[in-house]
Amino acid sequence: MSNKLKAAKAAFPLTIPVLCGYFFTGMAFGLLMYSGGYPWYWAALCSIFIYAGSMQFVAVNFFAGGFSLLQIALMTLAVNIRHMFYGISFLDRFSKMGKKKPYMIFSLTDETYSLLCSAKVPEGVEENSFFFCIALFDQLYWIAGTLAGCVAGALITFDTTGIDFAMTALFTVILVEQLEQKSNRSPALIGALCALVGLIMFGRDSFLIPALICAAAILLISRKRLTAKEEQ
Amino acid sequence: MVSSMTALLIIAVTALFTFLTRAVPFLFFGGKKTSPPWILFLGRVLPPAIIAILVIYCLRNITPTASPFGIPEIIAVLTAAGLQKYKHNNLLSILCSTVLYMIMVQTIFSA
Repeated sequence: MSNKLKAAKAAFPLTIPVLCGYFFTGMAFGLLMYSGGYPWYWAALCSIFIYAGSMQFVAVNFFAGGFSLLQIALMTLAVNIRHMFYGISFLDRFSKMGKKKPYMIFSLTDETYSLLCSAKVPEGVEENSFFFCIALFDQLYWIAGTLAGCVAGALITFDTTGIDFAMTALFTVILVEQLEQKSNRSPALIGALCALVGLIMFGRDSFLIPALICAAAILLISRKRLTAKEEQ
Repeated sequence: MVSSMTALLIIAVTALFTFLTRAVPFLFFGGKKTSPPWILFLGRVLPPAIIAILVIYCLRNITPTASPFGIPEIIAVLTAAGLQKYKHNNLLSILCSTVLYMIMVQTIFSA
C-alpha cells in the first residue's frame, strides 16, 4: 500500500465527526446562497478559497451589495481574528511540511485545528501525509456540503434539527481526552473561566475574542507556575 | 445583487484576509530557526484553553432562564463526556450524544 493511501486510511475515521458537522453546515451555506438567488459557483468559490464557516455566512450579505472592499476586509479580520491563535501550536510542525505548509495554514479552521491537536499518528504512517489528509478531507466535506446545498436542498427528507450538535460533541470529546493529561487541566480551567466571564460581560455574540486574549494573557502571566507544575 | 466581477473581488478580499489571520503566527515567528520559548509555551498550553473556550462557545445560545433551560445540551454534553471518559472512542461518543440530542430537541424539547 502506498504511503499516501495508508495516511488517507488512517486519517479518514478521525474526520467522520467533522464530516457530519461540515457537510450539513456547508449545505446550510449552499442553501442560503441558493435562496439569495446567487449562482452556485459563487458559493463553490467561497468554500474553495475562503473556507471559513462563520465568515462565509457573513459574506452572503456582501453579495447583496453596499459594502466597500475596505469594510469587507475589516469585517473579515474581526470575524476571523481567533484563527491567529491556532497557528501558534503548529509553528514548528507545519514548517517541517515543505510544499504542504501553505495549504496547512490556509485550511486551519476551528475543526481542523482541534483534530490536528488531538491526532496521534498511527505507527507506520507518514506523519506529514496524515496531517495533510485530515486537513484536505475536512475541506472536501465542506465543499461537498456547499454544492449539495446549492443544487439538491429538496432532497433532504428527514428532520436534521440538532445535527449540528456533532460539533459541540467533537470539542467535548477532545477536551475530555486533553484532561487525561494533568498538565492540561489548569490551562483548560483558565480557558473555561475566561469564556464564562466573557460570556457574561460581552454577550454571546462577541465574547470569543476577549476570552481568547484573556486566556492567552493569563497563561503567559502564570507561565512560571504552570511550567513548574509540568515538571513535577 | 452585485455583478459577477464584484462578487469575485469580494471573494478574493475575504479569502485573502482570512488567510492572513491564519498566517499571522507564521509571518511573525515562522522565519526563525527556533521559536522563542514563550511562544512554544503558549503553543503547548493554548490548545486545552482554546478547546474549553470553543465548547462554551458552541453552547452560547443556551438561555438558562427560559425553557428548555439548556437541559438537552447539558444531557448531551455529559453523555459525550461520560462515554469518552470510559470508552475512549471518539466516534461512539459523538454519534450517541448527537443522536440523543436530535431526538431530544425534535420530540421532548421541540418548540
